[in-house]
Amino acid sequence: MENIIENIKKTALNKIHHTIGGKMVEFAGYEMPVQYTGVNHEHETVRNGMGVFDVSHMGEFLIQGKGALELIQKISSNDASKLFPGKVQYSCMPNGNGGIVDDLLVYMIAENDYLLVVNASNIQKDWDWINSHKSFDTKTTNISNNICLLAVQGPKALQSLQKLTTINLIDMEYYTFQIGEFAGITNAIISATGYTGAGGFEIYVENQYAEKLWNAIFEAGKDVDIKPIGLAARDTLRLEMGFCLYGNDIDDATSPIEAGLGWITKFTKNFVDSNFLKTQKENGVTQKLVGFEMVDKGIPRHDYEIWNEDNQIIGKVTSGTMSPTLKKGIGMGYVSIEKSHIGNEIFINIRNKPVKAQVVKTPFIQK
Amino acid sequence: MKIPKNLLYTHDHEWIRIENDIAYIGITDFAQHELGDIVYVEIETVGENLNQNEVFGTVEAVKTVSDLFLPVKGEVLELNPKLESNPELVNSDPYGDGWMIKLKIENIAEIEELLKPDAYASLIGA
Repeated sequence: MENIIENIKKTALNKIHHTIGGKMVEFAGYEMPVQYTGVNHEHETVRNGMGVFDVSHMGEFLIQGKGALELIQKISSNDASKLFPGKVQYSCMPNGNGGIVDDLLVYMIAENDYLLVVNASNIQKDWDWINSHKSFDTKTTNISNNICLLAVQGPKALQSLQKLTTINLIDMEYYTFQIGEFAGITNAIISATGYTGAGGFEIYVENQYAEKLWNAIFEAGKDVDIKPIGLAARDTLRLEMGFCLYGNDIDDATSPIEAGLGWITKFTKNFVDSNFLKTQKENGVTQKLVGFEMVDKGIPRHDYEIWNEDNQIIGKVTSGTMSPTLKKGIGMGYVSIEKSHIGNEIFINIRNKPVKAQVVKTPFIQK
Repeated sequence: MKIPKNLLYTHDHEWIRIENDIAYIGITDFAQHELGDIVYVEIETVGENLNQNEVFGTVEAVKTVSDLFLPVKGEVLELNPKLESNPELVNSDPYGDGWMIKLKIENIAEIEELLKPDAYASLIGA
């Protein structure tokens, strides 16, 4: 069913999604394809072949000027001074109250020139937050409405995309990027990043080139199993990797330390909440985000309760699904610290019945 | 969207095929399409007497979970054993191999409240 919502935003590829049979839903204020042929089929295509996601709803901000690095260092938990031109960093923005404003990618384009990529649902909140910390010698520009972002993911992505550029893609390390010509489009950003664990690239171009880019990628991939992929498979793919989704696994009330994001929380610098988070890290947390697999049959879902063996609530499921790869229920959730160790037995309250699960290491699947 | 003429339908997108006092029940083509890939059908009401509109099970798709409502009062005699290992039959053949339960109808008069194929078609805008 089509959602008729006034003022709903559309990406530059909206017409194409309708033409090729995308099932469109409202997501973060955008009309987005949730699936085309079916979530399991799309999921497998990305794991074994090559899938193309329109993720143009994501937000992009330019942070430029003499104060750019200082601003990024202040608002983000990771240490952006470690970046060099062409390097990407995963980071998050603590909110001053122990929670998280958003998680994001920080691209260093050049000295005093950075690109931040944020979640679609948080664009306005992030924009206001970042600008409330900026000084006079920093220029911030919200280019979210001008940018088309395609994630091209899967083991076949590399060989197909290589046909479209002279940039040597195989030599690009994970979490690096280059700016250059791609499919005849100048100034494209080709980024060796993704949210699937299946390998591949993310490509940023201006909206006017969106259809050209989409068509060129499908032409380049026509010899392999290439498919458009919707948001539903994007979610199952990221969850199999144990990647956090803002709004589910992290939010304004969860700390990066509790969320297992200590690895992007660097106390080599001062930043919003750094003292609080440092104390939290030293003193230990009372709850932790864990991954779990269902032992007995059942599918965990967002907001289901997590119980101990005495049916007492010890936490809440933040993300859950049937894993298309493992063919069993997997999930993430916050549990009290004493039940957060690998191998601990926990129970998910599914329709008022305790269904056995076990805390496991993430990623849930081996690459 | 397939809407077979020999079935009756509920507002909640179940279908029922009546053979004397026995009925087969499943979900419609429209319902399976809306749910997407179905990964688990949980029915633990075999042997129970349930009222019309009572929940007789749950269907889980990758992204969503949805209750199943009984079209008419009766005793749940059996569930489709194929769904245990092949829940995707609900997607591929919702009116055939994807049937969910067999029911002994207790009150045949209740079928008057169900939707005929034309009425169901207009409900889903088909």
